[in-house]
Amino acid sequence: MGRFIVRRLVQSVVLIFAVMTLSFFLIRLTPGGPETALLSNPRVSAETLQRMRQRFGLDDPLPIQYLKWLRNAAEFDFGRSYAYSLPVVDVIGSRVWPTFQLGLLSYGVGLLGVPLGVIAASARGRMSDTVIRVLTVVGTSVPSWWLGLSIIVLMSGTIGWFPNGQGNGSPWDWARHIILPAVLLGLGGLITFTRFVRSEVLEVISQDYVRTARAKGLAERVVQRAHILRNALIPVVTLLGSLLPALLGGAVITESIFNWPGMGRLFLEAASARDYPLLLGMLLLGTVLTIIGTFLADIGYGLVDPRVRYA
Amino acid sequence: MKGPPRSFLSSSLRRFVADRLSLAALILFVLILVITITAPLLARFVLSTSPDEFLRTPQGRIATLQAPGPGYLLGTDELGRDNLTRLLYAGQVSLTIGFLVAFVALAIGAPLGLVAGFYGGRTDDVVNALVQVVINIPTLFILIILSVMFSPSVIGLALIFGLFYWPSTTRQVRGLVLSLRNRDYVDAARVLGASDARILVRHILPNVISIVTVVAGFDVAAAILGESALSFLGFGVPVPLSSWGNMLSGSQDTFRSAPWLVYPPGLMILLTVLSVFLIADGLRDAFDPRVRA
Repeated sequence: MGRFIVRRLVQSVVLIFAVMTLSFFLIRLTPGGPETALLSNPRVSAETLQRMRQRFGLDDPLPIQYLKWLRNAAEFDFGRSYAYSLPVVDVIGSRVWPTFQLGLLSYGVGLLGVPLGVIAASARGRMSDTVIRVLTVVGTSVPSWWLGLSIIVLMSGTIGWFPNGQGNGSPWDWARHIILPAVLLGLGGLITFTRFVRSEVLEVISQDYVRTARAKGLAERVVQRAHILRNALIPVVTLLGSLLPALLGGAVITESIFNWPGMGRLFLEAASARDYPLLLGMLLLGTVLTIIGTFLADIGYGLVDPRVRYA
Repeated sequence: MKGPPRSFLSSSLRRFVADRLSLAALILFVLILVITITAPLLARFVLSTSPDEFLRTPQGRIATLQAPGPGYLLGTDELGRDNLTRLLYAGQVSLTIGFLVAFVALAIGAPLGLVAGFYGGRTDDVVNALVQVVINIPTLFILIILSVMFSPSVIGLALIFGLFYWPSTTRQVRGLVLSLRNRDYVDAARVLGASDARILVRHILPNVISIVTVVAGFDVAAAILGESALSFLGFGVPVPLSSWGNMLSGSQDTFRSAPWLVYPPGLMILLTVLSVFLIADGLRDAFDPRVRA
């Protein structure tokens, strides 16, 4: 297990390095890169352009730029945002908190899929199972941005219940504002959890040790709790990590629809402003979070299930 | 069983059609396909509109934001264009992207999976590393960045999508090839002196085609959803071309007062993606020799 963790850690670091290199050269080498972003502003004179190029380090030869960028990145310095004229880390930092709130709540929404999956599995083939399964299939086919818009038009437009934005700061107002985006963002996780738990429970039910438990006359309640649920729910832990990447993409859409001032909307603002240092910084942050998520999922699997042996 | 033994393909198709849900999904999808392909004819001869035409009210003013009524069955948008006409034309763009992305993903993913599974070792490691890099980059982030940098056309957009949608094909194909390459009939072919290329094309590829078809189906659905999100955010299909996603990328205030603009594009995506999902799912069951009804 220890060796496995070390190997996965090394792999992750190499992966992050590869993605960093790839994205750096992608942005510096292609037309439409930072040069164009500066040039496209008609108010920028030749002198200002020269000053800006110096300031953002675009004058150095490419390999030097790359090495400088790598060294700075190692110290969490990803350069300055064009649009905000602030260090990228500071700009991102100021937007982390709202997205963190949203993400945490949507994890909670996603976990509601656990009881739903258990219900579906224990009612296999009956009405409630069919309803839950149909809803998960439809749920995967619905475009999330459209669902968000429709809810807004219905709820806040027509009835005026759940307003946009972040509210005035009182807890009640905060709750009113966050509930819809959190539910929407958590929907994908809810479906994933429901499906996963359903199939896990169904698989465990057919195991020999469950039949043994029943055969030796254990109370049905005990069989369900100690033998079926406990074994079926263990792998759920691993899903927590792998849900992270989907949450990142979802946050961009959800925050844009609900006007939520987090990192997702910051990303869209940076894209519209062609703020390449900021975009690159957020791409890297997203990649690192994704890699951490996968890493935790792999490790978690080994920790909770002693049957898993790593080579 | 009566009659001559059926081939794998025809018995699979029989099983697919026998499943009522899959058949219904197929009929729905063909219907969507037909009205989308014939959109220019429908718009011209049935609705007598064109997607860029600004409609006028009886008083002669441009009919902006009209609720559904005679003359415009699904209402008009903020510029006075017929919503139904745009919806039909938008389908052409959305479906084209869906199929193109699946094609690109297959063209990249299937060969990589074949080679990785067949040769193993170093080749497999390299392919795996590529897969790891692609799946760990947040897709929506990189798609937005690339779209800002290149301002792609519809074809370009599909190519960019394809660059990030192939790993699922590679993984599935690789896994299958890994289990196929040591079968007796493959050994037999090798003993008879068949080259690697011949074994891959004649003996392995035919067994992989069914799984590739299923993955391609899921790719089409995922691509239509992905394109709609990107276009809605304003980084996808460039205006004035309309796709189901960018029909709503305008101002949010307009469609708050005009809910008839909100529902149709999303419903079309939902129905299309749902039918493609169900078809792919039905095909997976039909191809699976263990599920013989």
